[in-house]
Amino acid sequence: MDKPWLVVEYFVSPRFVWGASLTLWITIVSLFFGVLVGLLIALLQESKNRYLNAFAVVYLWLFRGTPALFQIIFVFNVLPQFGVTLSSFWSGVVALAMNEGAYMAEIVRSGLQAVGRGQRTAARALGMKEWQVMRSVVLPQALRIIIPPTGNQFIGMLKLSALVSAVAVEELLLVANQAASANFRYVEALSAAGLYYLLFTTLFMLIQARIEDWAWGNRGRRGKKASLFERMIGVTGDGGRVR
Amino acid sequence: MRATQAIVRVRDLNKSFGDLQVLKGVSLDVEQGKTMVVIGPSGSGKSTLLRCLNLLEAIDSGTIEFDGQDITHLGQQAFKARRDIGMVFQNFELFAHLTALENIVLAPVQVKGVAKPEAVATARALLEKVRIPDKADFYADELSGGQQQRVAIARALAMKPKMMLYDEPTSALDPEMIKEVLDVIQDLSRDGMTSVVVTHEMAFARRVADRVVFMESGRVIDDAPTSEFFRGTSSERAKRFLNQILHH
Repeated sequence: MDKPWLVVEYFVSPRFVWGASLTLWITIVSLFFGVLVGLLIALLQESKNRYLNAFAVVYLWLFRGTPALFQIIFVFNVLPQFGVTLSSFWSGVVALAMNEGAYMAEIVRSGLQAVGRGQRTAARALGMKEWQVMRSVVLPQALRIIIPPTGNQFIGMLKLSALVSAVAVEELLLVANQAASANFRYVEALSAAGLYYLLFTTLFMLIQARIEDWAWGNRGRRGKKASLFERMIGVTGDGGRVR
Repeated sequence: MRATQAIVRVRDLNKSFGDLQVLKGVSLDVEQGKTMVVIGPSGSGKSTLLRCLNLLEAIDSGTIEFDGQDITHLGQQAFKARRDIGMVFQNFELFAHLTALENIVLAPVQVKGVAKPEAVATARALLEKVRIPDKADFYADELSGGQQQRVAIARALAMKPKMMLYDEPTSALDPEMIKEVLDVIQDLSRDGMTSVVVTHEMAFARRVADRVVFMESGRVIDDAPTSEFFRGTSSERAKRFLNQILHH
């Protein structure tokens, strides 16, 4: 690296800033819809209707059984043949959100199931309506279980968003790659991109820790809290899913 | 005829789980202000009967009348009846994310729209009544089983129910804690709270119950005033059951 200042130059250049913003935006939008899809699939799985259950199972099978990259390319190239034409950005987001939904469904479901049946029964016995049982008793307890792995998904999504470069979305990695191939300054260009990824993941982890504190209220948390370092290297127990 | 009024009338109640019929034509009356203890071997349908009384279980046929109203077919409206029926569970089931006080305050505020300060004042008075005023800010896992169960009783009482149902309230407790919970239930009964208690505590039944119901295989075998029941005028099967648990 004979021109280390080039890293900084890339880092603050409009193209990199734009690429990084797009990466962040893809992550947030995909995760948002991913969580919605996950909730929906989790509810379908819990439903008493056989067909809805079957639909959820097939969904999970499809989206967990194929690579995310495959899903992105599929949405971009195959859906237009059936009259659904999406921009490369939305192709990426739709594919990532559907993919994320399959993983979030499992997280949401395990959260809901961790709240014992007896807790719901006790709430019902007090004369609460079903939505009150959900809001006041089930969700607050389920959230504590759902939030930590969801934070990990967020970080996973940030990294996964790089795959969208395959359908020519000018996100961070593609920008870096293009910059580098123009002058063969791979080290500098990729270092700049890497710094952005690290910056974002570190920020997410800090935010996640805040949210976890909030979900636990003034309540002292049992057991040791995962340190920032442990979160970064993925030894928080239930996180770190490889995709 | 008895002078007191029945607050609950159950007639010919049938309930199955799949192929297994758990309640077979159960009929009984719970009198206003009285305490009924339901005993019987496990699997006899006692707990299911209790859960049917506040519609936590849907019944197959029969009728349940509560406080002069047929509640059998309330369906989605079942929560209306449950507001007047307190229930205490074997495993306490305090809401794990809330303190003792918050557990007691939750339903009156949410369900009945009681103002928060008033609900808190009531909750503190109830904690006093169940003899753990100093545990208001503790979470369930910081309390002993006996303390948890007393908070659970206070939580049910906060709705000012017309009747209390206790589903084996001391079965999950260590022996030294059983008394503190039974004493609270006894106090409430003496104050005239209509109660139905499913329990294996025979000394308690003898001391507190006005009537004892003996169930076996989903049927009411015996239903008699307490003194009569224990005097041994009851059925052979009830006697055998009593012998088994009194001399084990």
